[in-house]
Amino acid sequence: MNFPAPEPEPTKSVFLRHRIFFASAVAVLLVASIVGAVWHSRGARPKGTSETLPEFRRPFAQVDGEGLFRAACQGCHMSEGQGAVGAGAYPALARNERLASSRYAVSLVLHGQRAMPPFEGLMSDAQVAAVVNYVRVHFGNGYRDEVLPQQVAAAR
Amino acid sequence: MAKHSWAMSRRHLLGLIGAAAGSTVMYQAAASLGFAPGSTYTGPIDLTGDPGGASVVILGAGLAGLVAALELRRAGYKVQVLEYRDRAGGRSWTLRGGDVFTELGGATQKVGFDEDLYLNPGPWRIPSHHRGVLDYCTRLGVSLEVFTQVNHNAYLHGRNAFGGKPQRFREVNSDYRGAVAELLAKTTQQGKLDEAVSKEDQEKLLESLRHWGALDEDFKYVQGHEASERRGFQTAPGGGLHGKPTTSKPVALSDLLRSGLWRLLGNGDLYDLQQPMFQPVGGMDMLPRALARAVGDLVRYNAKVTSIQQDSHEVKVVYENAQGSGTPATVSADWCLCTIPLSILSQIDKNVGTEMNRAIDAIPYASSVKVGLQFKRRFWEQDDGIYGGVSYTDLPLQHIGYPSTGYGSSGKGILLGAYIWGPHAYEFTGLTPEERVERALEFGAQIHPQYHKEFENGVAVAWHRVPWSLGCAGMWTEEARKEHYEHLCQIDGRILLAGEHVSYLPAWQEGAILSSLDAISRLHRRVMTR
Repeated sequence: MNFPAPEPEPTKSVFLRHRIFFASAVAVLLVASIVGAVWHSRGARPKGTSETLPEFRRPFAQVDGEGLFRAACQGCHMSEGQGAVGAGAYPALARNERLASSRYAVSLVLHGQRAMPPFEGLMSDAQVAAVVNYVRVHFGNGYRDEVLPQQVAAAR
Repeated sequence: MAKHSWAMSRRHLLGLIGAAAGSTVMYQAAASLGFAPGSTYTGPIDLTGDPGGASVVILGAGLAGLVAALELRRAGYKVQVLEYRDRAGGRSWTLRGGDVFTELGGATQKVGFDEDLYLNPGPWRIPSHHRGVLDYCTRLGVSLEVFTQVNHNAYLHGRNAFGGKPQRFREVNSDYRGAVAELLAKTTQQGKLDEAVSKEDQEKLLESLRHWGALDEDFKYVQGHEASERRGFQTAPGGGLHGKPTTSKPVALSDLLRSGLWRLLGNGDLYDLQQPMFQPVGGMDMLPRALARAVGDLVRYNAKVTSIQQDSHEVKVVYENAQGSGTPATVSADWCLCTIPLSILSQIDKNVGTEMNRAIDAIPYASSVKVGLQFKRRFWEQDDGIYGGVSYTDLPLQHIGYPSTGYGSSGKGILLGAYIWGPHAYEFTGLTPEERVERALEFGAQIHPQYHKEFENGVAVAWHRVPWSLGCAGMWTEEARKEHYEHLCQIDGRILLAGEHVSYLPAWQEGAILSSLDAISRLHRRVMTR
């Protein structure tokens, strides 16, 4: 693949341990092509800077729930989903009763809320489902009804 | 002096036009007088008239709040400022050796940089058309130096481009232009442009293509003197017996196209990134520090705002100690200028109108990460010949920024080792600061192998983890502008907003200053007509 291809590349997650996972390149390329299609249909881009490198618009490469949580969520919601408080706060995902509603969780990931950015352009239906399913059964949450990619598609 | 007085009289005229007809007409008039090319800044703000003891509480001591405090006090207002941090500047921020920074989540970094070395984690460059920022630097005695954005000797790098070997911007740029010029010349000579371009113009077009693309007598871009004058020589011209240069060989168009590096050629042509750009000598926070020297006595630091309530008489702002100790206190004023980022303001209890409230809730905040790396020597200058500027890569670190100060020094230096947006920025944010530095080193060594031997220490700032901004800047979309922007700009009873998020220059300091000046101008007009 040539640089800087608009499709995601299955390498170079900043999480070293996920690289092993990505040795399984065939599966990832399959996902990557799906994610790429979703992304192109959106065309959103960060507007914080004038330089727009292709990397800014590249979707997340991770496909599993934990990998996606580490990559996309823990930056703000922290490694145990505990949230944080400064001049403002990031709500805890741990023991969060609002997550009882899977539709709420899916909508939040897709569309964001207040300062939380939308991830609809950066994750496929399968990725959104994976990360929502992961958070809803970890960090003290016990919501075992799984979200399907088709349900995510319907919520876009 | 004659020029100076003309400028003053122009300003006076513009002030009169502005007072009579509003800012749009004033801007058009300013542009037609050649005063404000590309900026809505029209010179020092003129808030004439006695505000009659009116008071304003300003929330936030970043650039927007500091500028407002300076100008409103000068105009006769009673001003007080509440600031969450223990210092002024907000995102206009510089990290130096000895500084301690604790991010959300609790990770604390003590910056290990040597004296006189620094990193600007936020804004780091000022376009020459950002006249507001530049004018405040001038008025407050903040020295400026050139920020090198475009460096033809810096690298363009792609993991799968040219075997992962970094390419000089100069070579990719020259070869791409040369190849395109040759193609277009050929097309012209084949008569394929006869319908689009007259015969007479075709001759001029050909000549311009030769000039633009460094083509030879036969309109070819080939190895030779013309091309090497652009892309550089194989052996550079030297002195004495063996000084004769040898020309270099251009890269074929198909290789260039397949490399994808052409995608990175236009960055320096962007209006916001054209040379010359500037930086304050000594760090970006020199401007807020100068402003704080002027209005610091008005600022209450370590004040975390928890509530903003207005009624027909006044605005009451409740704050508590940012460290969470002590009892809440209240300040009251006739007006409130709130410059708190929307990421935080959206969480604060406040009574503003429905439309402004919806606007405050509508803007997501971007993820962005910067990593500063201190090295024992300036190998990018000494080994690679790169003095300032930016290298671009498709590695997650995305940019490497070379310092635009201390050129040629034999001592240590700091690289901006990563400047990241998009999904990779979220990923880096989720790492510990130490891991971010480690990754920046590991990836960066693919471009500069000297990293391994020369690295000393580093610092990493992920903007979603910065306690006083919860993100880098507001991410506006066309739809959000249409639906919410005007509501965000209104004077809502006794409350109005300012900051980069209330501008069409998101993430730029100029946006913060222009929005602040616009807000206090409208506020002053309101006060004077009451």
